[in-house]
Amino acid sequence: MNKISVIIKREYITRVRKKSFIIMTVLAPLLMASMVIVLPILMVTGNKDFKKIAVVIDGSDQFKENLKNVIPNAENADFEYLPNTNVNDIVKTFDAGGYYGVLYISPDILTAPQMYSKKQPPIGLLDHISNSLGKEIEKQKLLEYNIQNLDSILNQIRTKVNVTTRLVDETGHSKETSTGIAMVLAYIGGFLMYMLVFIFGAQVMRGVIEEKTSRVVEVIVSSVKPVQLMMGKIIGIALVGLTQFMIWVILTVGAVTIVKTVVLKKTDMKEITQNLPQNIMTEQQPAAAATNTTVTSPELAEFSKLFDSAMNQNWLLIITAFIFYFITGYLLYASIFAAIGSAVDNETETQQFMLPVTIPIILGLVVAMGTMQNPESSLAFWFSMIPLTSPIVMMARIPFHVPGWQIALSMALMVITFIAFVWMAAKVYRTGILMYGKKSSWKELLKWLRYRG
Amino acid sequence: MALFEAKNVTKQYGDKLALDNVSISVPEQCIYGLLGPNGAGKTTLIRIINQITGPDSGELFLDGKKLLPEDVQLIGYLPEERGLYKKMKVGEQALYFAQLKGLSKSEAMRRLKYWFKKLEIVDWWGKKVEELSKGMQQKVQFITTILHEPKLIIFDEPFTGFDPVNANIIKNEILFLRERGATIIFSTHNMGSVEELCDNITLINKAKTILEGSVNEIRKQWAANEFDLVFQGDVKFEGDGQYKILSQEFDNGKSVIRLKSDGEIGSNDILKDAMKSGNVISFNPSLPSMNEIFIRVVESRN
Repeated sequence: MNKISVIIKREYITRVRKKSFIIMTVLAPLLMASMVIVLPILMVTGNKDFKKIAVVIDGSDQFKENLKNVIPNAENADFEYLPNTNVNDIVKTFDAGGYYGVLYISPDILTAPQMYSKKQPPIGLLDHISNSLGKEIEKQKLLEYNIQNLDSILNQIRTKVNVTTRLVDETGHSKETSTGIAMVLAYIGGFLMYMLVFIFGAQVMRGVIEEKTSRVVEVIVSSVKPVQLMMGKIIGIALVGLTQFMIWVILTVGAVTIVKTVVLKKTDMKEITQNLPQNIMTEQQPAAAATNTTVTSPELAEFSKLFDSAMNQNWLLIITAFIFYFITGYLLYASIFAAIGSAVDNETETQQFMLPVTIPIILGLVVAMGTMQNPESSLAFWFSMIPLTSPIVMMARIPFHVPGWQIALSMALMVITFIAFVWMAAKVYRTGILMYGKKSSWKELLKWLRYRG
Repeated sequence: MALFEAKNVTKQYGDKLALDNVSISVPEQCIYGLLGPNGAGKTTLIRIINQITGPDSGELFLDGKKLLPEDVQLIGYLPEERGLYKKMKVGEQALYFAQLKGLSKSEAMRRLKYWFKKLEIVDWWGKKVEELSKGMQQKVQFITTILHEPKLIIFDEPFTGFDPVNANIIKNEILFLRERGATIIFSTHNMGSVEELCDNITLINKAKTILEGSVNEIRKQWAANEFDLVFQGDVKFEGDGQYKILSQEFDNGKSVIRLKSDGEIGSNDILKDAMKSGNVISFNPSLPSMNEIFIRVVESRN
């Protein structure tokens, strides 16, 4: 046991002392933070690059008058009404005239308007057009009923509805929560898990290969059991990972405190922070960010609410689960990586072994991303039970609240599997590290499993 | 008394038999040569002694007691394929290996200072291993092998990578270690150093022991009535047909003759005969070199 701690200490200290570790530890949160800040800025500035769109309307003068100003200029598009223009002419020349495209509305407004452009127009632009036209048609139809004071009535009727979600616990108490925040957490949790398991698992493999190619291994295994060397390495690197994670948590908590005390009081920063949860959703709905950027003080309050609901997440569960899944998931994959490292003579030979290992990790990540749409789906359920994918998928599900028995079952399966994998990996490792110049394959590894010590 | 014994050790890898019922007995304070062609099974036997792998059958004894996992502390091993962590500093690395062998940090430090000074590598303490020449690395490895003062030391080709001066330093250190009570198993293909250093040997070929015993005994046994006879001047020595002349050379004013008697004629008779033929400068029973014995034994078995 004492010898394992000597090995752990060496593995830990040589890595923590490396410049690359210090740089990664400090830089990664900065990179993350800057991504969170820079992306919204890019989006806001990107919107300034607006498109000029020519609007051509066919039909009577009255119809034209009514429609002319219907489509308001949006953040990223100006609509310019061109009177007395034939659509067939402008379609040929709009490009030279500096227009992005031509919107053609026929005399019968119910026939679909047509958008001519050189490039496929973005979905946000089309949504904007159809929303504006839809509203106008609705208005025209209502006008036909000859209701008095229609405008004021309509203004009275229109209300913006925001659904607030409140999660109820067993005692009947409820807390305000946010699906947006849950998605962000799911995304970060799943992705971080994927990265950490992969990065540190691969480090184990490289470490094993280094010992094998430099032939240090034979000296070491004459002092300690191969399994001690393997576990010492795996644990040492896990501690490196946990150290890094803990530093990140501390830095994040620090950053959050700063955001809460400083940024929330500053209105000019608001535009940026308020976009935060939406950016992540933008992948599915590019329109959301574009239509929702006007600065009003109710939105500041909304952000404050969002922030509070983020604080209402079960952080203890999230962090505990994260550490648990990181440790077990890492042990599972690291032992596979260690076995692979022991079976090859250099890093290029790892290719053939890497693919079958990479597939479940990538699959886990893909399912985790899909999980955010429907955390209760049976796909999400099964992948959060299968130990090879569960660390990533479960981390993506937890912010949406997972029944306790599911977490317990998933964790139990995880523990059983990682013990089995560590045991098998140790057997392969023991044979592999002393085997040189032999081209190994999965079949060969299975054979090593059956060798006696 | 035997410090180390292996009895009827057999080891199989898949369908390849690496050791077939091999036994060795290493007397205390002796340098024991473990010889054999490549792939004969030497490395497997050494790994079994180091408990890196276990035998399929057979027993191992250290100091009269069954070999236990803790006994790795009592064994020092310098493998043929050896290496160090390239990015690690020499001193830290030596400390690390010493701690793996169960030494406390302070004790390891004290002994390392002594050995670094003795082998004149003190200046290298803070350097990274990759900055060292191969010979320097070998010295570091030699120190890490013996630092915990093992009772049994296994050297696998300890002289490769050394220039003759340093090889001699290491040779003297090995002899010094034996003086101080260590028992040494020495595996090499360099038969010159076997004659020079080894007291006993075992020759393994194709997983089996084919020759064992003390070096002197073996050489005498293989000498088989051969004699080296040197005359002043150019002398032809034929005998009366009782001898078989193996070789006859005239060089530098001397005639060197190697002959083999049929076994019934003693050395005195040969000498008497020789004296009649010319001026004898020297007359010796000729011992075959270990190299010759090695080649002859292995080839006769193949």
